[in-house]
Amino acid sequence: MLIFLAKRLSQAILILIGVTLITFCLSFLMPADPVRMLAGRSATQATVESIRKELGLDKPLPIQYLKYISRLVQGDLGRSYKQKTQVSELIMSRLPATLLLMAGTIFFELLIGLPAGILAATKRGRSADNWIMALSFAGVSVPQFVLGLLLLYLFAHIIPIFPLGGYGSLKHLILPALTLGISGGGWYSRMMRSSMVDVLRQDFIRTARSKGLTERSVVLVHALRNAILPVIAMIGLDIGIFMAGAVVVESVYGWPGIGQMAWQAIQMVDIPIIMGATLVAAVGIVLGNLLADLVIPFIDPRVYLR
Amino acid sequence: MLYVLQQLLKNKLALFGLVMMILFCGAAVFAPVISPHPPDKQYFEGLTLEGAPLPPNKTFWLGTDLLGRSLFSRLLYGARTSLIIGIAANGAAVLIGAFLGIVAGYVKGLLGTVIMRFTDLMMAFPALLLAIALAAIFRPSLWIVALVIALVNWVQIARVIYSQTVALVEQEYIEAAGAIGAAWPRILFIHIVPHLWPTLLVWGTLGIATTVLLEATLSFLGVGVRPPTPSWGGIIYESQSYFLDAPWLVFFPGIAIMLLSLSFNLVGDALRDALDPTQRGRQ
Repeated sequence: MLIFLAKRLSQAILILIGVTLITFCLSFLMPADPVRMLAGRSATQATVESIRKELGLDKPLPIQYLKYISRLVQGDLGRSYKQKTQVSELIMSRLPATLLLMAGTIFFELLIGLPAGILAATKRGRSADNWIMALSFAGVSVPQFVLGLLLLYLFAHIIPIFPLGGYGSLKHLILPALTLGISGGGWYSRMMRSSMVDVLRQDFIRTARSKGLTERSVVLVHALRNAILPVIAMIGLDIGIFMAGAVVVESVYGWPGIGQMAWQAIQMVDIPIIMGATLVAAVGIVLGNLLADLVIPFIDPRVYLR
Repeated sequence: MLYVLQQLLKNKLALFGLVMMILFCGAAVFAPVISPHPPDKQYFEGLTLEGAPLPPNKTFWLGTDLLGRSLFSRLLYGARTSLIIGIAANGAAVLIGAFLGIVAGYVKGLLGTVIMRFTDLMMAFPALLLAIALAAIFRPSLWIVALVIALVNWVQIARVIYSQTVALVEQEYIEAAGAIGAAWPRILFIHIVPHLWPTLLVWGTLGIATTVLLEATLSFLGVGVRPPTPSWGGIIYESQSYFLDAPWLVFFPGIAIMLLSLSFNLVGDALRDALDPTQRGRQ
């Protein structure tokens, strides 16, 4: 177990170093010069040079990268060019909204995906299965912004139950989380179904049935515990993906998460924020995978043996 | 091949997908013939006296947009944008992914490790954020958008092809082929690649569904194909602030994106079932 953990951790660190390298290179591909954008059109050459020096952008690239890494290790993500604040503070201020949306989304994904997947697997080949699978495909084929705007139109304009966007109460959370939950729920139901179908075919299920257990306890106790493993791995992936924020849904609903911040930063070429947000997302993805690896042995102890 | 086609036609959902796919391709190819109005023409009578867009009516079947252009015509031409980008971007992603996956799986060694660690790295990147950043860096045209999507989407294909190639290389018949002196190109192209075709075909279809969605998303965020080129995501982007008063400007392009993506998903999924020999004879 410890060796497994150490191996995964060292892999994770290598990946993170690679991520910093790529974000760093990417930021220098930006066609707009951040110094010029900061200084404004009327700035003199001398002002431009002094700002460049102040930001350390006059040094050669490898040195800039090493400086960036050494500050990173100390928890310093740099300062935003535009907003003149620490990127780490900006990210921390966005974190609650991001985590809240993540929790709400995963709640809806599971609420939709698990029952639908289980039902489809137990009714395999019958019309309930076909309908659920058709709907799940429809769910994953709708663009998030279309679903978001449609839900807004229906439940905030025609039947005004929910606010037209923004952040603050539980009511604000439901529509954005549902939007993401419907598209994610489609994937979850498909995964749950195929995993459940595989498990229901195994010998121990036949044994459980021949013991005279009710179908309900065969499916929900014996089969589910085995079939849920890939779903947990997927939740781990999801945690990481949503750490980057849901750019599209946040923009439709005006949700102040990390995605919205990153999107605004990309438009304004605010490189430190873009790098910070990408890094946070990558850390989230790596940690989410690690978390899934740690949880799975508790549900399926056989993993230890492998 | 005939078996695969039979399976596809037996599956009602796949049949629906196939019909939708053909309809969309037809709409894209024959857009100039079908569309009742030119897509870029701004009609004076296409706006109300207050300058608001018209809802669906007899002249403009799906209504008009904020500039008084026919939405139906713009949707038809938008099908071209979506399909061109979908097919080109996904084709490029499959090519890149297949090439890297096969090389990593067949050559192994240092090169294979480097390639697979690089795909691990790409997996840790938030794909949408990366695509947006890339699209914002290169001022996007049709082909640049396709390239950006390909650069983000090849990763999964590479991983799938890699694991299949590794499994194939370990088979005894490959060892036998090597033992009787077959050269590596022969082993690779005669004994390995043909087994990968089904996977490539499935990804070549399913991937288009993802690509269409990604293109629409980039255009919706304003970093996709530039106006005046009609794009479904772009139409929604342009009319987003107006959508409570003119919901058809979001509704119709939204349905179009969904149906196109859905059709490729359905056909791809049915292809996967039909091409998987372990699924044969099962219901």
